[in-house]
Amino acid sequence: MKLIYFAWVREKAGKSKEEIPLPEGVKTVGDLLAWLAERDEKMATAFGDPSIIRAAVNQEHVSMDHELGENDEIAFFPPVTGG
Amino acid sequence: MIRVQAEDFDMGLEISRMTRDDTAIGGVCAFAGLVRDFGDSAAGGGAMTLEHYPGMTEKALAEIEAQAKARWPLQDSLIIHRYGRLEPGDNIVLVVAASAHREAAFEACHFLIDWLKTKAPFWKLEENADGAHWVEAKSRDDAAADKWSRSEEKE
Repeated sequence: MKLIYFAWVREKAGKSKEEIPLPEGVKTVGDLLAWLAERDEKMATAFGDPSIIRAAVNQEHVSMDHELGENDEIAFFPPVTGG
Repeated sequence: MIRVQAEDFDMGLEISRMTRDDTAIGGVCAFAGLVRDFGDSAAGGGAMTLEHYPGMTEKALAEIEAQAKARWPLQDSLIIHRYGRLEPGDNIVLVVAASAHREAAFEACHFLIDWLKTKAPFWKLEENADGAHWVEAKSRDDAAADKWSRSEEKE
């Protein structure tokens, strides 16, 4: 699966994208977020507070209980501030 | 029509283009968003950089425009949103709604910008004397967008 990070999530994670296999035991977007936060210190800073992170799967906004597939493109970002 | 671009736009020209060949249009309502000077420009700050999610941005804006067209009898509509580094006074966004009558144009224009602010994947990085910081989303923007969700449910 392809992961993409934007704005301060990207800065804190120290990368804008990566490819990883669907981790074992990860079923939903919320599971993935919790898994990412456990990976290392940088990722813990980026993903430590799920309440301020939003997600999109295959370029559509989704909630944290959205179920993931192996070939999904998943983006994590702060609430949007355009306009 | 939707456009996501780094280049500036000319609002007058955009509106004239929309109206000149369509005599069924009786009213046009436009909203333009600009980079506001918070007082940092004297110290060399005040600029902002807009990041976006190429691909999803276009899809989200097209969906917002389709929603407006489904809800109001529009002759035409336009959303232009810029990305990249912008200075105080620069244009950021333009939304235009054209209809036979003013009510649809006013309401659709208001809807377009309210939904865009909470659904289109853009993020603002502001520069000031202390450095750069990411703008936080405002709950009043969510409330403004929610207002349109409620009216949809009532229908």
